[in-house]
Amino acid sequence: MTTAPQQTRTLPAAAGIGYKPQHYSDIIADARPVQWLEIHAENYMGDGGRPLAQLRHLADRFPISVHGVGLSIGGEGPLDRDHLARLKQLCDWLQPASFSEHLAWSSHDSAFLNDLLPLPYTDATIARLADHIDQVQDKLGRRMLLENPSSYLAFAESTWAEPDVLRELTRRTGCGLLLDVNNVFVSATNLGFDPRAYVDAFPLDAVGEIHLGGHDTDEDDHGAPLLIDSHGAAIADPVWTLLDHVLARSGPRPVLVEWDNDVPDWPVLAAEAQRAAEALAKLRPALRAAS
Amino acid sequence: MTGLIDDFLPALMDPDRPVPQGLQDGTGRPAGRRFNVYRNNVTASLIAALEQGFPAVSKLLGAQNFTGLARAYQQDNPPRSQLMMHYGEDFPAFLEATPQLAHLGYLGDVARLELALRRSYHAADSTPLDPAALAAIAPEDLAATSVTLAPAIEVIPSPWPLHAIWTYTMIPGIPKPPPQPQDVLITRPDFDPVAHPMPKGGAAFVAALREGATLGAAHEAGIARNDSFDPAPILGLLLAGAAITGARQG
Amino acid sequence: MSTMMKSLAIAGAMATALAAHSTPAQAQAKEKCFGVSLAGQNDCAAGPGTTCAGSSKVDYQGNAWTLVDAGTCTEIELPAMADGTERKGSLEALDRDLPA
Repeated sequence: MTTAPQQTRTLPAAAGIGYKPQHYSDIIADARPVQWLEIHAENYMGDGGRPLAQLRHLADRFPISVHGVGLSIGGEGPLDRDHLARLKQLCDWLQPASFSEHLAWSSHDSAFLNDLLPLPYTDATIARLADHIDQVQDKLGRRMLLENPSSYLAFAESTWAEPDVLRELTRRTGCGLLLDVNNVFVSATNLGFDPRAYVDAFPLDAVGEIHLGGHDTDEDDHGAPLLIDSHGAAIADPVWTLLDHVLARSGPRPVLVEWDNDVPDWPVLAAEAQRAAEALAKLRPALRAAS
Repeated sequence: MTGLIDDFLPALMDPDRPVPQGLQDGTGRPAGRRFNVYRNNVTASLIAALEQGFPAVSKLLGAQNFTGLARAYQQDNPPRSQLMMHYGEDFPAFLEATPQLAHLGYLGDVARLELALRRSYHAADSTPLDPAALAAIAPEDLAATSVTLAPAIEVIPSPWPLHAIWTYTMIPGIPKPPPQPQDVLITRPDFDPVAHPMPKGGAAFVAALREGATLGAAHEAGIARNDSFDPAPILGLLLAGAAITGARQG
Repeated sequence: MSTMMKSLAIAGAMATALAAHSTPAQAQAKEKCFGVSLAGQNDCAAGPGTTCAGSSKVDYQGNAWTLVDAGTCTEIELPAMADGTERKGSLEALDRDLPA
């Protein structure tokens, strides 16, 4: 691997963006208002070449968040030791400002399903998740953040509400949380709950990062709206409104804009990041008034 | 109780299976087509990965044909690794085993070339040997000298005009492939893999070097495939491609 | 070829290659970071959303698949190769089997 970059230890409470290689030159030229970047860990697990060279250059300029999408932390089987070792190698080299993964499963034995699949919220699931999170944090030697999923269905056997699952996991493992506000809105629409009530029940003190992204609209067998977490469109207005609700309660946090499908040119992404930066800036007078 | 492995996974992988019991919407009604979101995510993401990873095969077949093939492939070949950058390792063999494609015998090799380009792109970096170090080796010692090649080097032997088929498919204005076999060499001078045609015997020569054979033994491996094999142009490609990273005599 | 002849041949080949290669060695790979990445990216997005795909197994079966349109392969006309021993299929069937 190439020379190690120098990284800060935390993400700034500012706007960040999900890094796409086609935006490399734009970001090097003028990244404003973006102040930090997030990468998907698995795309930087090759042995060398341009991906790692780009990452080293970017890491010299920006705090980096490493966001894993393939660890299957909620899987019924044991964690994949090889994959965990690859994550450790990447984090040891990069020394990123943050590492996060998902409340989901995505593989079984030798098959990787390349999707974030849902979990029943039961005592057994929580015990398994806590065990796996402990293993990840021990192996990486750092605290990790766990992200709330987008849900399209629910398990009849669930006995815990999702915010309670996440709160319990922070209590048992000391992990932090990544609150995806679009996922809250998508799940709330799909499962018919109040997104504000979800946020109010969420352990916001543990939130180390916030995600925003766009969704698509479909419908279920009964004609009810079914939102799809496509990351292929602009962030919807109700999601921005929900972000304000979150920030008013959590205070400033690192806020990331994700756009993974039909990725637009840099100015479109920068404009989304600008809107996130303005949502954060609105907090400042409120904070001053409170002090 | 809905087991993830016992119930969810089989239904996810087999669309003819019913949606597992115990999956529901927010009001307790059966999940129905909500489950298809997950089926679709898995299928669509794998098809997209194949389309992006095998652009030449896709152009050769046409998009509609390719999507159908990719759908069939991913059904029986889910990724074995979490790294989507390498997905499709068995796609060349799958293409060659598909009876409807038997008349397009070169497709498998085109897919092998595209996989090799991806491997090269993600291979470890290396520092080329100063050519002066090679020039300093006494001519009579060269045949007994072995060289180390960069990890980004790939070779694809082919009985087809593989390089010409690939360039004709990917680059506008390139002449149609001539009917002569071509081995392909991939070098990565900096970060972009470059595919070069080699005369017959070239792949055997480079593969022998990579396995640690001396230049003399590798030369013989090339001649065994092609009586008139000349290693000079291939050594030139390796030098220009920053591909020789070490040399050891004896 | 005698051992001496082979030794001369590879020495001559190396000399030819070195003479043609005039640029000096680089200390390390150039930092040409701008460039298009080769495909195969992981992400955490859902597929382009839909509940309508993935509902019939027939769609997935290889033996139910047929060539319906065709890409540039129809333009490539390769006669029987000079050394036909390693060929994997007849190129001559191309025009017959593929719709124009």
